[in-house]
This record gives sequence, C-alpha cells and structure tokens, in this order.
Amino acid sequence: MPKLIIDGKEIEFNPGQTVIQAAKENGIDIPHFCWHPSLSISGNCRVCLVEIEKMPKLVISCSTPATEGMVVQTQSEKVVAARNAVMEFFLINHPLDCPICDEAGECKLQDYAYQHSVGESRFTEEKNHKEKRVELGPNVMFDGERCISCSRCIRFCDEIAGKKELTFIKRGDRVTITTFPGKKLENPYSINVTDICPVGALTNRDFRFKSRVWEMAPTKTICSGCARGCNIDVWTRNNEILRLTPRFNNDVNSYWMCDNGRLNTFKHINANDRVNGPHIRKEGELIKVGWDEAYAKTLSELKSFAKDEIAVLTSASLTVEDAYLVSKFVRSINVKNFDFVKNIVPGSGDAILIQEDKTTNAKGVELMGVDSSKGGLKFDEIISHIESGRIKAVVLIEQDLIGLNSAFEKALAKLDFLVALATNFDTTTSLANVVFPASTYAEKNGTWINFQGRIQRIRPAVTTIEMERSLDGMSLSRWDKFGTDFDSWGKSQKNDARPTWKIISGLANAFGTKYKFTMAEEIFNEIAHTNPLFSGLDYDVIGERGVQLKTETMQIPPLAGQKKVKI
Amino acid sequence: MAKKNRLKDLSFGQRIYITEILKGLRLTLKNMFLPKFTMQYPEVKFDPPASYRGRPVLAMEENGQERCVACGLCSRVCPALAIEVQAAETENEKERYPVKFEINMLRCIFCGFCEEVCPEEAILMSKDYELAFTNRADAIYGKDKLLTPVSKLQDRINFVRQFK
Repeated sequence: MPKLIIDGKEIEFNPGQTVIQAAKENGIDIPHFCWHPSLSISGNCRVCLVEIEKMPKLVISCSTPATEGMVVQTQSEKVVAARNAVMEFFLINHPLDCPICDEAGECKLQDYAYQHSVGESRFTEEKNHKEKRVELGPNVMFDGERCISCSRCIRFCDEIAGKKELTFIKRGDRVTITTFPGKKLENPYSINVTDICPVGALTNRDFRFKSRVWEMAPTKTICSGCARGCNIDVWTRNNEILRLTPRFNNDVNSYWMCDNGRLNTFKHINANDRVNGPHIRKEGELIKVGWDEAYAKTLSELKSFAKDEIAVLTSASLTVEDAYLVSKFVRSINVKNFDFVKNIVPGSGDAILIQEDKTTNAKGVELMGVDSSKGGLKFDEIISHIESGRIKAVVLIEQDLIGLNSAFEKALAKLDFLVALATNFDTTTSLANVVFPASTYAEKNGTWINFQGRIQRIRPAVTTIEMERSLDGMSLSRWDKFGTDFDSWGKSQKNDARPTWKIISGLANAFGTKYKFTMAEEIFNEIAHTNPLFSGLDYDVIGERGVQLKTETMQIPPLAGQKKVKI
Repeated sequence: MAKKNRLKDLSFGQRIYITEILKGLRLTLKNMFLPKFTMQYPEVKFDPPASYRGRPVLAMEENGQERCVACGLCSRVCPALAIEVQAAETENEKERYPVKFEINMLRCIFCGFCEEVCPEEAILMSKDYELAFTNRADAIYGKDKLLTPVSKLQDRINFVRQFK
C-alpha cells in the first residue's frame, strides 16, 4: 500500500483516497464543515486547508488525492493562521445566538470556534440579516442567518434521498438556501439534513426547543420502524424519550434513518395510554389487578378450553428472546394453533432504507419456531376458525390486531376469552378479558434479526418500575446520576410493565412449568448453546454494530421438528 | 529530650486572678458605652450591599417579559442541580423562552455560578435572604416567585458589570 506522511506520522492509504480520508482513518482529525464521508466533495468551506510540501499554496485536504510520498502538515503555523482566518470569516455573519440555538452542544461551528479560532471578533459592522424560521417542509425549519452555506443538505437531497428539492440562491454574503419553486423539503429522509447540518440552520421541527442536548442521555439501540433495523440513538431525559437520531453502521443504514422511523416510533412509549399494571375485565370494565391474580385468571380460563380451541398469535416484532420463550411455553402446554402476524405493506418500501415489512424481527420470530409446524393452524386459518366459532380463546402477544386491520374486529369480538400482552391501550385491548402490560422496545434488552439476517441488540432507554437506571447499566445524564427521588425529575412516570419473556415466564409458572431465567441475556445464551445458527454469539459479540448470521440454508433444531428456514 | 514543665511560669499577680478579672470587666464596661452593631432583627432588617448573594431571581423587563431565553447554562453549571428549565418557542424576536423555570431552594448553595454564566443577564443574585419553608414543595420556586422587575435589580446589575 502507498504511504504518505501527515504531521510526521507515516500512514498507509488506499489509492484513490483523499488526504482527509486517509487522515481520518488514522485518527488524525482535520477540521471540516462541507465534507461528509458519504456525500460528494464540494470543497467550499475551506476550513480543511493543509500544507503539502512542494505545493505553492495551502490546499483543501478534502479534494486533494493522497499520493505516494506526500508530506502533509495540518498544524503548521501557516495552516493554523489560515484556519483562524477562515473561522473569522465564518463568524462574521453567524449570529451569536447559541443560547437560543438548538444545535448548541453538538454544533461543529461552536466546537471549531473553541478549537481553531482566536476567540475575538474584529467585525464592528452590523451582521447580515436573512430570513429566519422558514418552514422548508413539514419536518424541517430553516434559519438563514445561521447557515454557513456548506451545501451538505443540498447534496444529501440530491445524492442520498434522490430528490432535488434544495438549492442555493443569490450570491456572496446574501447566499441562502431555499426549495425549488413549488417544491417542499418533504422527501421521506428529510430530517437527516438536520443531523448533517454543521450548525443550527436546519432544525427538526419535532424536537425544536424540547431540550438541550447535554441534558439527555443517549442509548444505542435499533429503530422499530421496519425490518431494516437502522442503528439509532434514543435520547432520554427524565425517563422520557425526546428524539431519535441515526447511528453510523455501514452495513445497515450508513448515517441515515427515515422520517417515519424517527418521528413515529417512540411517542407511544411515554403516552398516557400505556398499560400500567395487569388488568382484568370485570363487569365490562378493565380493572387494574395484581400480577398473580392476572396469571391465575388466565390459567383458570384457558384451562376451561380444549387445546384446539386455543390459539396463540404473536407480533413479528418480538425480540428473539421473547419469541424463544413464547415458543417454548406454547409447545409445553401443547397448543398447536400458533403463528405470528405479518405486517407487510406492499409498495411502501424503497431502494434506500425503508422496507415493506413493517415488523422488526420477522426472521427471528420464524427462527425461534413461532409457527404452526406442529400440525396447528396458520394465521389466516386461525382467523377463519375464530369467525366460525371453532377457536374460542386467543393469546395475543404485542400485536394490535385491529389497529393493523379493522376487519379483524368482527373476529375478535366473537371470542370467549382474549388475553392481550400490550404496551398501550388500543382497540384490541378494548376487547380483551385480560391485559398484561408489556414493555416497549425501549424498556428491555434483547435482539432483533433484520431483513438481511443481521442480529442486532436493543437496549433499554426508559425504566419501568422494576428497573433502576444506574443498576441496570443504562446511560445516565447528569440529572440521572446525581438526582434523588425528591427532585421533580426523579418523579417521572414509570410504568408497571414487564418484557414479554418475563410475563410468559410468570404465566408458565402458573401452568406449573418453571423457567429459571432472570434476564434476557440468559435466554440468549441458551439459544446460542442449543441453536447452531447462533453458536458463538453472545451480547458482547453482537456488540454495537450487530453480527451477520450465516447465510446458507440450514436445519435449526432448538425445538425439534421444525421446517427448514432460509436466511 | 528535656522533661517538659507543664505548669506555666505565672507571676504572683496573675496567680491570684484578681487583676485579670478586673481587666476583663474593664473591657466589658468599655463596650457597653461604644456604638452597638447588633440589629433588632426582624424589627430592623439588614440591607445588604450590592455584592451580597441572596436567593437567585429572574430579571423581568418593563413589558413583563422575562429576559431569560432558557438556554439552560445556569442549570448545567449549577453544582447542586438546583435549577430546572424547560424551553418553548415564542413569537418574539428571541425565539425561546422558559415555559418552566424552577429553582429548588433546598438545593441552592448561593454560589452565584448561574449569574456568572448567564449570557442574558437574566438570572441575578438578589438581596433576599429570608428563606424558610415548612415543606419541600414550598422550597421549589417557580417563575411566579422568581420574576423580579429589572428596576429592583439595578444595584446588582451594576455590580456584576464591573467584572465583565
């Protein structure tokens, strides 16, 4: 491999790389605004200037190809002086409104002003005034004064989202960004421009003014929007989720996530309609009861039906661990009508990230043996049998069936007994006889297998009453760390909810089967021991980026007698 | 090491104490006729100088609006985590205002860091030192108790500006 020298350090690079890429891969940080690893090179911000031997002037490292034997200086006197000058030009017209700006704390301009600027302005004239609070689209707000014209957002729309919606207009210091006439910034990936915006010019309208970034604690987890499983950070403050941001994973989602995933997958978690504690229907009303009472009620009711009058339906968004234990339990009580509910919306996917399958773990649920292979009925047959009265009791796990398709309401209304494990009260729970409060994906540990067959970890970001942020190793903000129960932020809503595997474990206990699992990781370790597809895996191996499962067709025998599953 | 003689080498006059007692009595008597510094609190109240750090308050402009833009720096710098701010959007030129601003006076240690860090000169240490509560909830001061007209804080603002 060819080599070049940056700041006296000899580093190797791949032919075709630019100087800034070679430096970044070797841990040398060259400041940059307009350059982004997955966008084209624009070269307009001029802050990545470096000195290269035998070149007469300073050059921008983002568009200079690295060549064999190049000697680059990133900290020489000449470079530092030039960088200061560039920063001074940026700050001439940039408003000093960091206290108001939402980007403060994660602002590239703010960081570089500290690192690479002299700290004083010689500019005494009035700053430029431009349009503020411009609604570029339904999800993004634009502040013209803060914009430093790096063009990242324009290039994102052109190159990643594939929709030419943004452009520069005017010249010189009047240059500003706008949408093309008659167009809006409304592509399904539009909020990503707020992430790549190096300043606070573009802001997420859903998150504006909600919180300062340093008040929140980020948790590395997976988006629950579709089968892609984009890697995300969930940002929580006072036990409440305030925003989601994409987390880089080159094998899954690169730097991006879609607007639907970002806006519509977390609001139910802190909603008022969360199921808080188990509920039993008494005289038409759902009444909150203790866990043991709910288990006992479920047991006594289910025992009154024949095995072929019972069906168990699960969501395809259960975690692998949940699905494994549900499957194990259903087999142990010999119920054969067992299937998961698909949620595929044809035509909703695209070639970028969004998948047609709106469930997060269809592959994992299938692998864990949630199916009718023991001679039971499939999902469609179960529904028709409910309608004809041959199935009288259903256990519905984390699936709002009526919310999925209101046509199922007629069928569910015919049931004698419906148990629902649900996160929120919805149209399905309004028909249920027993409702168990299930934890959402942001309240439990587990794994999901995405459509590529990649197994990825989800981690808890919000606590339920049985959890404690510091003891459970969850990410902590300063307030979480030093607050007490007497502080107002310590009094946040905590629901009495449990992960599905724990509810099933309790139910199995009522049925006389004891599972000795105390945490999701133990279930996963058992899967890893018994299922060759998962051999050698544990939570540490899966880590932050996930692991691609072996791709050939293979026999998977955690529960004997399963069909072959192609991954 | 020489043996220590623990008895002090006192003179006869000192040993009989009377002269020392008289000295003490003289001092007491002298102070009885000097000007008094004790204040008859609460009938008489102490008026602190501008440098005094009483409870922190929020400056309110003439038009009834707070200066605070809810940037959260006071909350971040507070070593005792006494301050909680929730921002929201307004139609004003400064887009941001605190929809909730609470100082837990049980946590406050009157260090004045919040005042020092404030970019808007919005939070200032007042001269109010009378802070007594009968329960925890009363000790949490919201915007209703914190907002104080700028005119009443001019003294402190002038003091703070000397050090900018």
